[in-house]
Amino acid sequence: MLNFGAYGCANAEHVGYNAGMTNYPADSVGLVAPQAANFNEPFTLESGIQLPGFELVYETYGELNADGSNAILVCHALTGTHHAAGYHEGSDKPGWWETCIGPGKPIDTNRFFVVSPNNIGGCGGSTGPLSVNPATGKAWGPEFPIVTVKDWVHSQARLMAHLNISQWAAVVGGSLGGMTVLQWAIDLPDKLRHAAIIAAAPKLSAQNIAFNEVARTAIRSDPAFCDGHYREQGSKPQQGLAIARMLGHITYLSDDSMGKKFGRDLRDGKLSFGFDVDFEVESYLRYQGSRFVDRFDANSYLLLTRTLDYFDPAREYGDDLAAACRRIQARCFVASFNKDWRFSSKRSRELVKALLDADRDVSYIDFESRVGHDDFLLNIPQYLESFNAWMEGVR
Amino acid sequence: MSLRADLELISEWITPGSRTLDLGCGDGSLLAHLRDQRQVNGYGLELDVKHVTAGIRRGVKVIHTDLNAGLADFDVDSFDYVVMTQALQMVRHPDKLLDEMLRIGKEGIVTFPNFGYWKCRLAVARGQMPVTPGLPNHWYNTDNIHLCTVRDFENLCAQKGIKILRRVVLDSNHQADLRAKTLPNLFGEIALYHFSR
Repeated sequence: MLNFGAYGCANAEHVGYNAGMTNYPADSVGLVAPQAANFNEPFTLESGIQLPGFELVYETYGELNADGSNAILVCHALTGTHHAAGYHEGSDKPGWWETCIGPGKPIDTNRFFVVSPNNIGGCGGSTGPLSVNPATGKAWGPEFPIVTVKDWVHSQARLMAHLNISQWAAVVGGSLGGMTVLQWAIDLPDKLRHAAIIAAAPKLSAQNIAFNEVARTAIRSDPAFCDGHYREQGSKPQQGLAIARMLGHITYLSDDSMGKKFGRDLRDGKLSFGFDVDFEVESYLRYQGSRFVDRFDANSYLLLTRTLDYFDPAREYGDDLAAACRRIQARCFVASFNKDWRFSSKRSRELVKALLDADRDVSYIDFESRVGHDDFLLNIPQYLESFNAWMEGVR
Repeated sequence: MSLRADLELISEWITPGSRTLDLGCGDGSLLAHLRDQRQVNGYGLELDVKHVTAGIRRGVKVIHTDLNAGLADFDVDSFDYVVMTQALQMVRHPDKLLDEMLRIGKEGIVTFPNFGYWKCRLAVARGQMPVTPGLPNHWYNTDNIHLCTVRDFENLCAQKGIKILRRVVLDSNHQADLRAKTLPNLFGEIALYHFSR
C-alpha cells in the first residue's frame, strides 16, 4: 500500500488559487483550453512502421501576428503535456512552465504566439497507446509503435503547416524537450530562427539508460501489467509505475537538495524497526509515485523512456555531433544547472563544444542549481533574467 | 559607441572578417564593436553570469566558462585571434594560458596593467601595495594574483619563443605618449601586446 505524504510536487512553488478561480495573476495567460488537430495522411515513423494518421492536442497562448513571424514552439519533457501555461477551467494548478511563459516573462505572450503540443506516444491526449487503433477498433495499448524524437519533430511540422506558420521564431524546451529542440534544429534547420536547449544532453549516457531500464523492469514485472494488456484485464500496474516514478524523482533532485529538503528527518520522530515509512524522503517518493499513477499510462511510460534511450542525433552523421550541428542555422542558447546529475552541465558542454566546432551561433550558461534537474521549471531569478535576455534577441 | 581606448586600439589590430575568441569578455563590448565595425565572427568566454547575460543582451555569443578550468574544448588553430584584456593577471596559470592562446589561435593579443608603472613603483618604495586608477582595489580584495611588468612579460615571451608582433603602452590618460614610448616599463600604465609563435 502506498503511503500519501504531505508533499506537493517538487516543482510546485506557485501560489495556490481556489478552484473555479476567475482572477488570474497578471503575469499569467489566464484561462486556457486545449485544442486538437487531426492529420489523416499516413505518417511513417523512423522505425519504418506507418501510422494511418494521428491527432495532436495542443494549447496556444498569445496572438499570431499578420506575417506569422512570431510563433514559438514549446517542447515538453518526458511526462509533460500540452498544458504549459495558464489555468484550465476549474483548476488552480497552472501549466508546467508557468514560470517562463506569460506576459512579461521570458517567453513573452505579449510578443509571441506560443504553440505547445503534446507528443505522440504519450497519454496527454495526442495519439498514443490509449488511442484507438483504427485497424482493430481497440486501444493500441502495448502495440503502439515506438516513436522517436525525430518522429515528434516531423509530427509537429505538420501542426506547424496546419497553423500556417512557415518558420518558428524559436523552438524552446527543457530536458527531453530540449533534446526535441536540438533535433528540430538539425532536421529542419530552415524552419526555426532560434533554439533554446535547456537542461538537456546530446544523447543519454549508459547510466541514464540504466535508470530507464530499471524503471521499465519495475513496470513490466508488476503482475498487474499483463504484458501491457492491463486495460482489457481491468487491472493497472500501479506498483510498477509508482516505482518507476520514484526512481525518476531521485534523479530529478540533487543529493544536496534532497539532503536539505528531507535530511534524515523521521516522520514520527522515532524508528519503527520495520519497513513502513520512517524517513520523510520515503514519504515524498511514495507520494510522487502514487500521484503519478493517477495521471500516467504505463505503456506510454515504457515507450517514452525508450524514446529517450534512442535519442542520438549524431548517429546519422557518423557519430559526429559537430557534423550534425553543422546543419543548424538557428541561433542557439544552451543552459544547464550545476547540480543537475540527470543531465549534468558536462553533457550540455559537449553540445556547446560541437556547436563551436561547427562554428554555429551559440551562447551557454551553467546556472547555480537550486534543486537539480527540475531547476529548469523553477523561478530562479538569474535563470529567468538570462533566458529573458536571450529571448529579447528573438525576432 | 564609445569604447575603452585599449579596446579601440586592439580592434584595429584585428583583420576584418576574422574569427576571434575573447577570453574574459566581460559585458561583450569589444566583441560587439568588432562585429559591428569589422565584421568579426567572435565568441566570448566569461565566468561571471551577470556579464555573460549582458553580452547576450548585446547579441554577442558568450560561453560561460572558467578560464582556470582550461580551454581543452577548443581545437588547434580554431581561431585567427585569441584576445585577453585585463585578465592575464587574474588567472591561476598565466604562462600556460599564453600557450593555450597560441594553441587554439594563430595570433594572440593581451592587455594588462603594468606593475612597473612609476606610481606602482613609488607605492612599493613607500612599502605599500599600489592603489591606482589601473589597479583600483586593495591587496586584500583584488582579483589580481599574477601582476607583472612589461619587462617580465617580454622575458616570459622570450623564454617561450613567443614572437611579439606589436607593443603599445598607454599612460594613465590612455594615450601612447612619447614618455611611455621611450620608457614603457616606467611610464606605461597599461600594456598591449600582439604576438604569435
